[in-house]
Amino acid sequence: MVPDVKFDSYYGRQVVKPAPWEADIPAYIFLGGLAAGSGLLGAGAVARDLPTLRRNSRYAAIAAVAAGGLALVRDLGKPRRALNMMRTVKLTSPMSVGSWILSAFGAFAGLAVATEAGRHLVDDDSTLGRARRVADPVATVGSALFAPPLAAYTAVLLADTATPTWHESYRELPFVFVGSANAAAAGLALLTTPSSQTGPARKLAVIGAAVEMAALERMERAMGDVVAEPLHQGRPGSLLRASKILTLGGALGAAALGGNRSAAAVSGLALMAGSVCTRFGVFEAGIHSAKDPRYTVTPQRERLERRRSEGVTHDSITTGRQ
Amino acid sequence: MGFWHNQLTGPTDPARDAGWEDEQPRKGFFTDTSICIGCKACEVACKEWNALPQDGDLDLLGSSYDNTGSLGASTWRHVAFIEQSGDRIEEARESGRKLVDLGMPAIGAPVTPSGNGTDTAFATAQATAARELGTLPDFRWLMSSDVCKHCTHAACLDVCPTGALFRTEFGTVVVQDDVCNGCGYCVAACPFGVIERRDGDDTVKNVGVAQKCTLCYDRIGHDQTPACAQACPTTSIKFGDLDEMQAQAQERVAALHDNGFTEARVYGGNEHDGVGGTGSVFLLLDEPEVYGLPPDPVVTTADLPDMYRKAGMAAVAMLVMAAGAFVGGRK
Ligand code: SF4
Ligand code: SF4
Repeated sequence: MVPDVKFDSYYGRQVVKPAPWEADIPAYIFLGGLAAGSGLLGAGAVARDLPTLRRNSRYAAIAAVAAGGLALVRDLGKPRRALNMMRTVKLTSPMSVGSWILSAFGAFAGLAVATEAGRHLVDDDSTLGRARRVADPVATVGSALFAPPLAAYTAVLLADTATPTWHESYRELPFVFVGSANAAAAGLALLTTPSSQTGPARKLAVIGAAVEMAALERMERAMGDVVAEPLHQGRPGSLLRASKILTLGGALGAAALGGNRSAAAVSGLALMAGSVCTRFGVFEAGIHSAKDPRYTVTPQRERLERRRSEGVTHDSITTGRQ
Repeated sequence: MGFWHNQLTGPTDPARDAGWEDEQPRKGFFTDTSICIGCKACEVACKEWNALPQDGDLDLLGSSYDNTGSLGASTWRHVAFIEQSGDRIEEARESGRKLVDLGMPAIGAPVTPSGNGTDTAFATAQATAARELGTLPDFRWLMSSDVCKHCTHAACLDVCPTGALFRTEFGTVVVQDDVCNGCGYCVAACPFGVIERRDGDDTVKNVGVAQKCTLCYDRIGHDQTPACAQACPTTSIKFGDLDEMQAQAQERVAALHDNGFTEARVYGGNEHDGVGGTGSVFLLLDEPEVYGLPPDPVVTTADLPDMYRKAGMAAVAMLVMAAGAFVGGRK
C-alpha cells in the first residue's frame, strides 16, 4: 500500500530545467532517422539490384544527414565550437557517442554518393574507376552498419535526462524511433522512386509503421499515468494523434495503392509527416513535463513513499535525526 | 557491468574515480536554513566574486521576498522565501518526526565537529527561548539559500559531450567556459535544475555557455572560503571538508529535535541516495519540494547501461525490419 501523496511545490516553479533546445532538435531527430532508413534502403537496393531506388536512397541519406547536422550545429549556444564534440569519446554521454555515430554514418553516406555520382563520370576500367568499384561496397556496408545506431541513439539522447516523460520512455522509445525512421525513409522512397522499384520500400513502410505504433502504445501504457499525461494533452497530444493517423494511413496506402505512382507519393508524404509528428510530439511532451513541477515531484514522492512503506529507508536523500 | 556500476551509482570517491592522485579532502557546503535570515548576502557576494551578469528582467515575482526565482546560469546562490501558517508548521513538525520513526540509518563517518561550538550553543539557546515562549507560532518564514549540489554522480558531468564539465581534486563539479559549446545537454540532465545555458547578446560574458556554481574553485584552491560562505552573516552557510559538514548537520538536527523542533531534517549527503550523495548538505525545516527541491532525485545515468541495451536491441530490430523488406517477394 502506498500512502496517498500530497503534491507541493515552490510557487509552482519547475524543479528540473527543460533542455534549452528549439525545433532544430526534433527536426534533427527526424532527419537522422530519415537518413538512417535511407541508408538501409540504399544498401538493400544494392543487394536486390534496384538501381533507381539505390541512387535515390543514397542521395536522400546524404541530404538528410547533412541537413540534420546543420540543425544540430545551429542549436548550439556556441555554433563555432561545434567541433568540440570531437574532443573526446565519452560513453556516459549519448551525445558524444551520437556525434561519432553521426560522423561515421555521414562519412559512409558521403562515400556512397561519391561512388554513385562516379558511375557516370569515370570509366570503370580507369584507376579511379577501379577505386570506385572497391569503394562502392564499402560505402554500402558502412552505411548499413551505422544506420541503425544513428536512428536508435536519439532515443537514448532524450531519455538520458532528468526530463520526466523522456526518461520514463527509455525502454520503448528506441523502438518507436527506429520504426519511425524506417517508415519515413520508405515514405521518401515512395515519393522519389517509380513503383516498379519500390516493392521493398512498401514493405518497409508497413513494418516500420507497425513497429512504431506498437512501441508507442506500449510506451504510453508502461510509463505510469502521471508521466504519460503530457503525451496526451495540448500540442504534443495533438501531434501524436496526428502521427498515428498519418502513419497508419500512409502505411495502408503504401500497402494497398503503392503500385499507383501518385497514390504511392501521397502515402509517402503521409508517412514522412507522421514521423515528423512523432518526433515533435515526443520532444514537446518532454519539454512540458520538465516545466511543470508536478511531473517531477509526484512520481518521486510516490516511489519514495512506496520504498518507505516497504521499510527501505537507507536510500533517501532526506534523513531525520539519527 | 561492475565497472559501469561503480561509475554511475552508489557510494564512491568521485575525485579518485576521476583519476586525481593528489586529491584533497572532498569539500562541501552545509547550509543550515534554520538560521538563515534571508539577507541575500550570499547571492550578492556570489554575483560579485564571479562577475555574474544580470539574470533576466528586474521583475517582482510575487513570491514573498524572492524576486530571483531560481538557480540558473547567472544565479549560483538563490534564496528561497516561503511563508507558512500554523497548520503547515504542525505538518512539517509531524513529517520530521516521522522521519525519525522510520529509523533512518546513520550516514557518513561519525566525525566530531572541530568548530568553536558557538553556532550550536547559540542555536540551542534560540530554540529553548522559542519553546518557552510557546511552541507553535501561527506564522513562519522559511528561508533557504540553494546552490549546486556537486553530486557524487553528477548527471551534468556524465552527459557532457565535450568534456567541458570536469571533476576537481576537491570532488566538486566545474564547467570550463572555453570548452563548452553550449549543447545544453547538462541542463536537461541535472536532477536539481541547477545548471543553465546563459542567454543574452554578444556583450554578455560567456553567453551561450553552460554556467553554474564552481564552489569557488578559484578561491578554495588558495585556502579561501567560497564567497557566499564568507559573506553569510549568520553562518547559515558553512564550508569545509564534506564529512565535517555532514557531522555538523547531524549535530544541528539533534539540537533542534532536543528542543522540540522536529521539523528539522537533513537533505543531501547520504551516499546511498539516488545521486551517490551530494557535496552540498542542507538542514531543512519542511519537505524538500516545499523549497523547490526534488524529494527523490536519481541520477539519470544510473539507467544508462539499460538504455544502451534497449537501444541496441532496437538497432538490431531496425536491421531485421529492413532485411525482411528486401528478402523474398516481388521487386
Ligand atoms: S546539482 Fe546538477 S549541476 Fe550540480 S553537480 Fe549535480 S547534476 Fe551537476
Ligand atoms: S552545454 Fe557545455 S557543459 Fe553542458 S553538456 Fe554541453 S558542452 Fe558540456
